[in-house]
Amino acid sequence: MFYREAGDFKTSYTADNQTFPIKFDRWGYYLALIVGLGVVPFLVNDYWANAILLPFLIYAIAAIGLNILTGYCGQVSLGTGGFMAVGAYTSYKLMTAFPWMDMVTVTLLSGVMTAIVGVMFGLPSLRIKGFYLAVATLAAQFFLVWVFNKVPWFYNYSASGQINAPERFMFGQPVTGPNAEAWVNYVFCFLFLFVLAWVARNLTRGSLGRQWMAIRDMDIAAEIIGVNPLRAKLSAFAVSSFYVGISGALLFTVYLGAVEVGEAYGIQKSFLVLFMIIIGGLGSMFGSFAGAAFMVLLPVVLKLLLVDTLGFDTAISAHFQFVIVGGLIMFFLIVEPHGLARLWALMKEKLRLWPFPH
Amino acid sequence: MKTLMTMVAAGTMAASPALADLVFPDLSYRTGAYAAGGIPFSDGYQDYFTLLNERDDGIGGVMTRVIECETAYNTERGVECYESTKGEGALVYQPLSTGITYQLIPRATADGIPLHTMGYGRTSAANGEVFSHVFNYPANYWDAASVIINNLLEENDGDLSGQTITLLYHNSAYGREPIRTLEILSEQHGFELTQLAVDHPGQEQGNQWLSIRRERPDYVIMWGWGVMNQVAIQEAINIRYPMENFIGNWWAGADHDVEQAGEAAAGYRALNMNTLGDMPIFAEIQEHVIDAGLAAGDGTNLGNVLYTRGMYAAMLAAEAARTAQDIHGVADIDASMMRDGMEALEMTNTRMEELGMPMIGPEFSVSCADHGGSGMATLQQWNGSEWVTLTDFVAPDDSVITPLVMEDSAQYAEENNITLRCQDS
Repeated sequence: MFYREAGDFKTSYTADNQTFPIKFDRWGYYLALIVGLGVVPFLVNDYWANAILLPFLIYAIAAIGLNILTGYCGQVSLGTGGFMAVGAYTSYKLMTAFPWMDMVTVTLLSGVMTAIVGVMFGLPSLRIKGFYLAVATLAAQFFLVWVFNKVPWFYNYSASGQINAPERFMFGQPVTGPNAEAWVNYVFCFLFLFVLAWVARNLTRGSLGRQWMAIRDMDIAAEIIGVNPLRAKLSAFAVSSFYVGISGALLFTVYLGAVEVGEAYGIQKSFLVLFMIIIGGLGSMFGSFAGAAFMVLLPVVLKLLLVDTLGFDTAISAHFQFVIVGGLIMFFLIVEPHGLARLWALMKEKLRLWPFPH
Repeated sequence: MKTLMTMVAAGTMAASPALADLVFPDLSYRTGAYAAGGIPFSDGYQDYFTLLNERDDGIGGVMTRVIECETAYNTERGVECYESTKGEGALVYQPLSTGITYQLIPRATADGIPLHTMGYGRTSAANGEVFSHVFNYPANYWDAASVIINNLLEENDGDLSGQTITLLYHNSAYGREPIRTLEILSEQHGFELTQLAVDHPGQEQGNQWLSIRRERPDYVIMWGWGVMNQVAIQEAINIRYPMENFIGNWWAGADHDVEQAGEAAAGYRALNMNTLGDMPIFAEIQEHVIDAGLAAGDGTNLGNVLYTRGMYAAMLAAEAARTAQDIHGVADIDASMMRDGMEALEMTNTRMEELGMPMIGPEFSVSCADHGGSGMATLQQWNGSEWVTLTDFVAPDDSVITPLVMEDSAQYAEENNITLRCQDS
């Protein structure tokens, strides 16, 4: 079997501390990177980009963001949709007010703006927790959507209240707008996800991540051993909102191009991202990816399987989706609260011992 | 993950066709908060193409094929549906959702596929000089707002000054569309306009009706869709608001909106862009489609308001395809020929009668610069058991609508660097 540690020696602390300590995992990671950047951009077409890859990349960023807050720091949030909207509207205002600004700056600034808003809504987390905090963030969700609907300044006083992403170029290639090619959109989002996931992975392994996890596991104990709950919680809110804001901005600028806040960033978006991390795995980077992939692919696969292959009615297939997602959430909450990531880890354990189970 | 990808790829390949036929994708929604409106519309749309296939062997000798794709009124699913069907030779898209329309306008224009957004979507798309691939004939929201006010003017001997009118609207791009028009009309005719927004999906309207009960406006105009309509009508009954003074737009006047309230809702009025009643076409659909077991739904929607509108939309698409076949002399047309056909479409009363649906819509013709049709609409009333048509087709006030369309489309052209078309004609 390929999957084993035998012969994989570490001779330094750095080697022992690396993100992927097992050679096979490391090679898998490099392979995914090479395929993702070296192969996919040359093969990707409109359908693959717009139906599967872009949503996957963008939601993976959101899932990492929420996972930092909920999975690593234990602060339940139902405000993801609202924070994504902050990211989207910030990029819209930046893009229309400063047409010369490049898209990377616009997207990063949207993340920063969302981090500020996120910290403001994170302040109550110092006094309330668990279920009550979930309700407080739910208020953020409704409040933010309401504000973006109510104040015409946010949508530049357009008649319909829709925001439209104007065309913007990078290196002579359109990144936003209808003339942007599929591979450009894909590479743009891929690079964002790569850098953000890399940063998040290392943050959660470092001292900040350990503080978050200490707060999650027992906040009083964490305080006794010297973790400052104010700093830990607010930093989790800030980092998480930064990620969520960037994903909201990309969803608007690169993927959808035109957005109506109640429809694109409503409460169902908060639930969608929450389901992603529940099914994928709380407190796991891999889980954020797996959950995002699962929730993006599920409707498409079901449609292909039930409608195109088996000839089912489109409505029945759509209802099946509700049943399956609902069933899976119950399944994971009861049987495996750590989601797909835990199943994957278990499988790895088994494979490392194979073929000798003991 | 990898196996899933392979499955998806295999599925996509298996689904791609090799047939030469006229493809009309139907981005329907039979689930979600707006399914009640989506189902009859989609049934009507599909049944008409089935009828053409069964009775006439398609359009001009080429069979039609409808690909249904469920969007649940969700823009992301709508984009997925668009991308998955456009490669199959799609001729025209009808998303029946303002949100999805906004997504598709730039994409479809870049791909060269026409978009027909009948009475919804982006209103200023009526200006064909800017929007080359978007058509919103026979009428748009701003026409609708103007037609309602014109009707009220007629009822009040041409004078609305001092009257109060409340706009109760769905808090989305769709619901906000008429506001600017109504504001201008209120300045022009001297009535006072108040606005009340209802959030998606529309079940929560207690506050709004509380303020209507307090203010007692002379008229309430509703821009609603889905469950919002039912709830609003029930609330109006609860506060004993005079139903005659409660007027919906054309997406707020279907059978399922009022059936639950029944008798109590008698007097409620709504706009319509297509007429109702017993048309010969329904008997043919019954015979060739429903009795043959080929209906898209269960057949119970036949002839109701939204079924008729879906059928009307399909008829307009089929007629445009026919026009395109005539122009290009090819039976197997593609999307760019279809666009030409839509731009040269002419609907006359004679033609509608020939098709077995006399007077179903207003007479209009489309041109390079004008993609909006005549903008005329009728007013219908619920008498407690069925909808009856009250008026003939009423014209909107073009002196108000045209400058608005020009202003908004010019702004879009400037934002997107679009050079105006049709300058030589």
